[in-house]
Amino acid sequence: MCAKVVKSQPKKVATTGHVWDGIEELNNPMPRWWVWIFYLCILFAIGYSVAYPAWPMLTRATPGLLQASTRADVQAEIDRFDAANAPMKAQLVATDLTMVGQDVTLNSYALKAGKAVFNINCVQCHGREGGGSKARGYPTLSDNEWLYGGDLDAIHTTITHGIRNTSDPDARNFGLVMPAWSERALAGPLADAATAKLTAEQIGEVVNFVFKLSGQTADDAKALAGAQLFADNCAACHGEDGKGNRDLGAPGLTDAIWLFGGDEAALTATIAAGRGGVMPPWGFAPEGGLARLSEDQIRAVTLYVHSLGGGE
Amino acid sequence: MAILDKHKFIERNASLLLVLSFLVVSIGGLVQIVPLFYLQNTIETVEGMRPYTPLELEGRQIYIREGCYVCHSQMIRPMRDEVERYGHYSLAAESMYDHPFQWGSKRTGPDLARVGGKYSDDWHVDHLTDPVALVPESVMPKYGFLSETPMEPTYTADLMTAHRWVGVPYTDDQMANAAADFVAQADPNRDSTDLAARYAKVTISNFDGQPQVTEMDALVAYLQVLGTMVDFSTFTPDASR
Repeated sequence: MCAKVVKSQPKKVATTGHVWDGIEELNNPMPRWWVWIFYLCILFAIGYSVAYPAWPMLTRATPGLLQASTRADVQAEIDRFDAANAPMKAQLVATDLTMVGQDVTLNSYALKAGKAVFNINCVQCHGREGGGSKARGYPTLSDNEWLYGGDLDAIHTTITHGIRNTSDPDARNFGLVMPAWSERALAGPLADAATAKLTAEQIGEVVNFVFKLSGQTADDAKALAGAQLFADNCAACHGEDGKGNRDLGAPGLTDAIWLFGGDEAALTATIAAGRGGVMPPWGFAPEGGLARLSEDQIRAVTLYVHSLGGGE
Repeated sequence: MAILDKHKFIERNASLLLVLSFLVVSIGGLVQIVPLFYLQNTIETVEGMRPYTPLELEGRQIYIREGCYVCHSQMIRPMRDEVERYGHYSLAAESMYDHPFQWGSKRTGPDLARVGGKYSDDWHVDHLTDPVALVPESVMPKYGFLSETPMEPTYTADLMTAHRWVGVPYTDDQMANAAADFVAQADPNRDSTDLAARYAKVTISNFDGQPQVTEMDALVAYLQVLGTMVDFSTFTPDASR
């Protein structure tokens, strides 16, 4: 083969021997540094496959000398943090909720842990710092109005079991909703919850009575007729004076705080179609499942919610 | 090096070169992929997984159609911060009836692998209708139109057939009752004994609060089942993963 050196080429370089129309292909060797890195990479790969899980065998892959496992790693890290917090958590679970406030360290831990839990799990409905939501039906937690009670035990029970969910049989108002009162509701989605029938006119009268209860401008004649309807149908849950009933989670109707709105359209919709807000259970483990929050987390978030402004 | 001198022959026969190239490339693929089908520490069996109900399956189609996977992953990685926020890390078996899987690759919104049961049905409807009303900093678009789009189980059985082709073990009984189950899951007033017998731990609810079945019902039914199937009381993690 003609290994002629081209004039412009200062060094003598061998060619591959291929010639096309007199053009030759130089056979420059790979740079040494490149070749050595290539060999090192091969060595590294061999070492890596010995140290880490790699080679498939008959039933399992080789585990590697380092026994590396992301699952074991994450468990170890969780355990490490759990161990660091364990004394505080144990103390929090052992201490009566009303007494936590007297221990400055424990209280500060609980409020911080509670805020973390709240910001992950509760803000989506109850808003930042419990300030409520623009959507209707999600109670504000930073005011004095409580549907089921605002003392520590009541908040603790509500968070643990939730409200009206279908999973936890201990949920508050399990299977109990505000029924749909309109005639139309007999065919609607809450048809099974429609206990009595009110005509559109009668609903308007009740709405006016509720206006009167809550200090809004009302049509007196309608409100008078509504008063009787209210006493017959609504007072059982909302109380004769409309102040509500915490055992049933029935909201008070005498103030300006409304869960689903207090204007005519909202009240009419509420009475006609019924209401039944649902809160998930946070401390209930379904069969075979995991509870979303542990007891110490629930206690922490209870104390946090209690501290938001409306705690009783 | 007699064999290496043959390369001239290979290079001059394009078809042979193609065949041999495929052979070489497939060795790489086979060595990496085939063991995953039989190694015991990659196929982890768990209790509790069941195929999606017809309504959930249709909801999953809407999830895919609306591109939810573009912003939401369904894959909780084994890291402490993710486990603390979202719950137990995801298991491969939890995607066994997902065709295609919805692991996603980007989180503009939060991970949804265990969103099932975390919120009420009402919350999902309110949030899909107007996300900003509930989460002020949200950039999620509004999906309220789903509530206005009625849904019929016209092609549900076909969809289940397609899933059966790729290995989802729908029984003949489940296939035959696809349309009935589709409607029954969204109507708590109906007799749902058969549905509950066909699909373990099924949630029956009027998800969107309207009398007819809408796309909202289907999507919320799907969201409410995510990550709730595996029985963790019988699960022991294989440490070699």
